Amino acid sequence: MTQNVVNHATLPNGLTVLVETMPAVQSAAFALLVSAGSVYDPPQQNGTATALADWMARGAGDRTSRELLAELDRLGIQGNETAGTQHMVFRGSCLAVNLGAALRVYSDIVLRPHLHDEEFDAVMSGVEHGLMAIEDEPRQKVIVELLRRCYPHPWGQPSEGTLADLENMTPDSVREHYRHVIKPNGAILGIAGNVTLDDVLPVVTEVFGTWTGSNDLVIPTGTCSPVREHLSLESTQTQIGVAYPSVAYADPDYYAAWAAVNVLSGGMSSRLFTEIREKRGLCYSVYATLNTLKDRGQVVCYAGTTAERAQETLDVLRAELVRLGDGIGQDELDRCKARAKSSLIMAQESSGSRSASLARNWYHLGRVVTLDEVRSKIDALTVSTVLDFVHAHPARDFSILTIGPAALQ
Amino acid sequence: MFCQSGSNPSTKSSMQFHHTTLPNGLEVVAELNDTAYSVAFGFYVKAGARDESIAVSGVSHFLEHMAFKGTERFSADDVNRIFDEYGADYNAMTGEESTIFYSSVLPEYLPQTFELQSSILFPTLRQDDFDMEKKVILEEIGMYEDQPSSVAYDKAMQLHFSGHELGQSVLGTTESVSALTSEQMRQYHAEHYRAGNIVLAVAGNTDWATVLELARKHCGNWPAGSCPRELTSSTPTPQSLFVTKDQCQHEQIIQLASAPDCNDVRRFAAELLTVIVGDDSNSRLYWELVDPGLAESAECGYYEFEGTGTYLTFLNGPPEATKDNLERITRIYKDVNSNGVTADELDQAKNKIATRIVLRGERPMGRLSSLGGNWLVRREYRTIDDDLAIVRGVTLEDIRGLLAEFPLLQTTTVGVGPMSGLS
Repeated sequence: MTQNVVNHATLPNGLTVLVETMPAVQSAAFALLVSAGSVYDPPQQNGTATALADWMARGAGDRTSRELLAELDRLGIQGNETAGTQHMVFRGSCLAVNLGAALRVYSDIVLRPHLHDEEFDAVMSGVEHGLMAIEDEPRQKVIVELLRRCYPHPWGQPSEGTLADLENMTPDSVREHYRHVIKPNGAILGIAGNVTLDDVLPVVTEVFGTWTGSNDLVIPTGTCSPVREHLSLESTQTQIGVAYPSVAYADPDYYAAWAAVNVLSGGMSSRLFTEIREKRGLCYSVYATLNTLKDRGQVVCYAGTTAERAQETLDVLRAELVRLGDGIGQDELDRCKARAKSSLIMAQESSGSRSASLARNWYHLGRVVTLDEVRSKIDALTVSTVLDFVHAHPARDFSILTIGPAALQ
Repeated sequence: MFCQSGSNPSTKSSMQFHHTTLPNGLEVVAELNDTAYSVAFGFYVKAGARDESIAVSGVSHFLEHMAFKGTERFSADDVNRIFDEYGADYNAMTGEESTIFYSSVLPEYLPQTFELQSSILFPTLRQDDFDMEKKVILEEIGMYEDQPSSVAYDKAMQLHFSGHELGQSVLGTTESVSALTSEQMRQYHAEHYRAGNIVLAVAGNTDWATVLELARKHCGNWPAGSCPRELTSSTPTPQSLFVTKDQCQHEQIIQLASAPDCNDVRRFAAELLTVIVGDDSNSRLYWELVDPGLAESAECGYYEFEGTGTYLTFLNGPPEATKDNLERITRIYKDVNSNGVTADELDQAKNKIATRIVLRGERPMGRLSSLGGNWLVRREYRTIDDDLAIVRGVTLEDIRGLLAEFPLLQTTTVGVGPMSGLS
């Protein structure tokens, strides 16, 4: 299997460009990460990053809002801009021949947004509607509210915003925020597809080279301890969210942590699916994932089940998390490795997925991570290294959030 | 024109199409591409909610779940374990008109996963597995009950197609699923899971000889025959229904109206029209309702079925703005029905759809859905280039012709949320 080549360069202003050349595809995709996520939202103004991302796309450079979207459609660019925890992320996919044009349009959005007053009310209505939509989707809400509680503030606050904070945001406060956070220093542009670094570096330098400054905001981080909470809702199912501490992506033990979570919840032969759904029929949907920030991580588990069966579901879920420390079968680890091997190879078919991975790896590790490196790390895992990890980071200190008709024990 | 630079995308010449029919009637189609990293394959069974009698509502979907509970040779644990051992990305889905079982694997594991995937289409249906899986299905029904948009879709289809098979819910109801017996499922299976009712589609990196050998070996003994679908006509009349849920913040509205069926050549114009009018970005509904912050979503889509089709309007937003928002949609539809769309709008929509076709086509899994779906429904194969040519060929005249017979309407209205009606 041939490996795709990855090259990178860092512009004098601090923007790093990473390019993975994928000769087998016609497309190219990019992901631009700017340190402007919701952790930088001003105090009592959670939702600022999400509002800003929307506002920035409502007219930029010499194009109005309508002209911008028309240009993206004309060029066949599927793009979006979203606020995450750490980053504001600008993404796009298109035919490789149109990548340069796509980057030009996005450089306008990033460097020259209009941020006109007359668009602001619509922006804020959109933020509020997004929050209402989460209220109406308890499956989504339980994870949003669990993360809020299991990470110290502001690392757990939802990037979508907090309803009570919206009234504190004004056109001036959000514009001021733009001036502080949309900076090139530390920004990462991951590109993957039928292009080379030599192809794209001239256009990247031309359109992003004049961008200057750095985001110097300091994030005051609060403290956090495990919580137990129930939110009451008239619903058929009870939503259960459980989280406990694990490690970050940059941690040397990350792959052991990854394997442990995959024994629990990777594929339909994994433990949570087998014990909770297949053997007991308690749930349609049950899973665990490893959620990681730069310096810490949590295992986040979900189960949704009719109210009268919710207590049993939570009991079995917790018991399975703890039972991981009793032992892991060689066959279980082998299946994790097989699934990882396939998905790593298949990832090479998707320019969108590769561009995002490149940028994410650079953020967490400050270097390029090839698929070969990931594979060798996974190959090196043994039952005893994974079990050692589980013993060093046992499932305990659970944060538990439930939403439904009645609280659980 | 597709793209500015004048460099039109085209299918890699390495894509090869093959087709055969096994003696028992199984249709086998493949689009092979030796530059792909993976191979995807799927069994497309012509059996969905519309093929069920009311008494067994939900059986197609329940049966799809039971397939993973195994055969005489493979226990339920075996099925999940073996797929995972080969690192397969696999699943199944059931809709109004079909049940699809699919996998995406590395080429070297195709034989093993093929053997498993093909065998589970003929599951044992052990009683204890049946009883356990029934609980899972009831949980799935419960999960969707808590999702307002799912409730709205189900109710809207029921109302729009009342008395017609397409009004039947894919999941069934708590009552119908609770009452279902394994004997009823066995009978439904025997009628619908016949080789002539199934298409095997393969996309990606393998060779035709391998496909043929696997199909003959593992599917050659499947029972012959097919299960023709009787098409009845439906004449939806304007109706509305509001399901009041006080705990909801927003009102979610689904509206349905008649559109071309799956064999109507105007379906391509219908797809372009709905992208122009109701795509999630840069469409008429987007600029009128979403951009100014009046609604969270306002979209219009086109869905084709055998014998009929629908335009589906979706609106999600504050209850107090809902009536006004629906009137805005009415005004847009009236304008489009009378005046059509502009050349600019049509060009932008063509570029948008063309990009989607090319990007989706880069992965075997993306090609599989088009390959299998087209063959099941129309016995038709189209390359990516064919799809692009069709999209590029749609004219303003085609759109006007479509609107003359199938105008954008809001015939059936269902709301789920705080409202009890529009007045």
